[in-house]
Amino acid sequence: MVLSVSDLSVARGGIPVLEGVSLRLGPGEALVLRGPNGIGKTTMLRTVAGLQPPLSGAIEAAPESLVYAGHADGIKATLTVEENLSFWAQVFGSKDVSAAVDAFDLDPLRRRPAGALSAGQKRRLGLARLLVTGRTIWVLDEPTVSLDVDAVAMFAGAVRAHLAEGGAALIATHIDLRIPEARIFDLAPYRAAPLGLDDFDGAFL
Amino acid sequence: MNLNALWAYANPKKFIETADRVLPAVAWLAALMLAAGLIWGFFFTPDDFRQGSTVKIIYLHVPAALMAINAWLMMLVTSLVWIVRRHHVSALAARAAAPVGMVMTLIALATGALWGQPMWGTWWAWDPRLTSFLILFLFYLGYIALWEAIENDDTAADLTAILCLVGSVFALLSRYAVNFWNQGLHQGASLSLDKEENVADVFWYPLLVSIAGFVLLFVALVLMRTRTEIRARRMRALLARERMQA
Amino acid sequence: MRAGGGFGLGLAFFLIVVVLVPFGVGPQSALLSTIAPGILWLGALLACLLSLDRILALDWEDGSLDLLATSPLPMEGIVSVKALAHWLTTGLPLVLAAPVLGILLNLPAPGFGWLVVSLALGTPALSVIGTFGAALTVGLKRGGLLLSLLVLPLYMPTLIFGAEVARRGAEGMALGTPLALLAGITCGTIALLPFASAAVLRVNLR
Repeated sequence: MVLSVSDLSVARGGIPVLEGVSLRLGPGEALVLRGPNGIGKTTMLRTVAGLQPPLSGAIEAAPESLVYAGHADGIKATLTVEENLSFWAQVFGSKDVSAAVDAFDLDPLRRRPAGALSAGQKRRLGLARLLVTGRTIWVLDEPTVSLDVDAVAMFAGAVRAHLAEGGAALIATHIDLRIPEARIFDLAPYRAAPLGLDDFDGAFL
Repeated sequence: MNLNALWAYANPKKFIETADRVLPAVAWLAALMLAAGLIWGFFFTPDDFRQGSTVKIIYLHVPAALMAINAWLMMLVTSLVWIVRRHHVSALAARAAAPVGMVMTLIALATGALWGQPMWGTWWAWDPRLTSFLILFLFYLGYIALWEAIENDDTAADLTAILCLVGSVFALLSRYAVNFWNQGLHQGASLSLDKEENVADVFWYPLLVSIAGFVLLFVALVLMRTRTEIRARRMRALLARERMQA
Repeated sequence: MRAGGGFGLGLAFFLIVVVLVPFGVGPQSALLSTIAPGILWLGALLACLLSLDRILALDWEDGSLDLLATSPLPMEGIVSVKALAHWLTTGLPLVLAAPVLGILLNLPAPGFGWLVVSLALGTPALSVIGTFGAALTVGLKRGGLLLSLLVLPLYMPTLIFGAEVARRGAEGMALGTPLALLAGITCGTIALLPFASAAVLRVNLR
């Protein structure tokens, strides 16, 4: 078991959105989170990534095993593609960026300033960052935004390769990624019921 | 008496119920004490042989200055309670106390200027005490502005609480820095406001009553404003809930 | 983290403030040399303030802060490096430019050395305190003005002791005490304030 979430409740803007979510992720497994807009997919992923505290419940993962990729890619426009990747490689204590460059076909763009990339190319660069981190659990929020069909296939290939090496992925997305290993996890049943107004702090949440 | 029983008042409902019960009594008592202290002080004490009748502004100036500092201390305590125990009412009480403290600081500054004009011949001097209060005023301003700027209540509570802690340290530093700074500039320009030690009993007793009045006034205002803040927050939460359900 | 841009503006701003002062108070060199240490300190402080909102804003906008927060780097380290970067790009150039601007304001000869010393000791505190302010206001749309309102009161002790050192230096007076206090404030803020900045940043990233 690489990631285990038990009885998790999360809040957005002080208001509970999801409650009682439990899921487990083993090596080589991927989970695709589904649910209508506003159900709390992003909130859930940010909580799992440790960016915000859960209202209740527990998240268990090996230390330093998670990597998070959100809506924004964290790309510095004035640095080249390679410098961007090298920076993150240094942060995560690895060195080699060539595998990441190859997986997302960034070789022709290596020396180009990231500010000159198209939206889809930036996204590819943002996803390539996952590979240089060397982390086992990928927590991805809408990774395919602004990617074309070829690039989505590229991404699916990268995820499958990651899973084949014993990695795991937790992905929130609306489109079909064509990753046969992935299970679908629907969040709709976990929508939080409002707290009673007479609870201790109930009036505030 | 068990101190833990105090935490029950962190329940917003319990707090509002209690505030509703005690508020009229506190408010009336505050009005009574204030009226008694000020009337006694203004009309039934003799003029000071050096300062004349201007000395009587002491009955506004000293209590206001005391409460200006006490309000910040209260914010410091309630901020700590929020950080440690996460009681929303505590954070809201800090928010409620800030404008009251700021007004007290303003009163202290304004009455000080009015007093200083006939005594020292100037409305304002960069005396360490005056300067410290001006700085305190700026701290209140920043604290209140931060509360107003942040939409999410919990985020605002967290950030202002940390600002209050850091600000307290820097306010204290500024106090000593200012003392040092002015000594270095004007030797012997000692415009000490320390009248408490040498003030005679005829001035002292009405001053005590007036101080008690200001304390009660502060308690009443903070209770009332905290109650309002709780209701406002509750309303925001209900509106947000409605948006979620829609 | 690197490649922010716009930091050279601080230096230009410092120059303009110093050039404007004689227009405001008149060209008498005696008056100018009296107020020179204070004006130079105030100008440096304001120039420092100008670039504070750039410390974290870019990384907030492009999502790097989220990613850095989930990286193995401790948040305290990140804010410390940010403050260091701000000092290198803003504080250090101000320290180096101050003597040149001192000539414009007719700073007395013994004052130059102490001006540089006081600024070199004081500006790191300005950067660290500024980073705390930037962390407080990072998510806000109109954070710039609020940032100034929050940070300026916190700058007061540093300004008082820093300007005191520069002034006493220019007048040839003993300045051991304010120098020690200035150094104390700088060391204290560098050691302790990053914890507050990191806590604040974590709250803002929620």
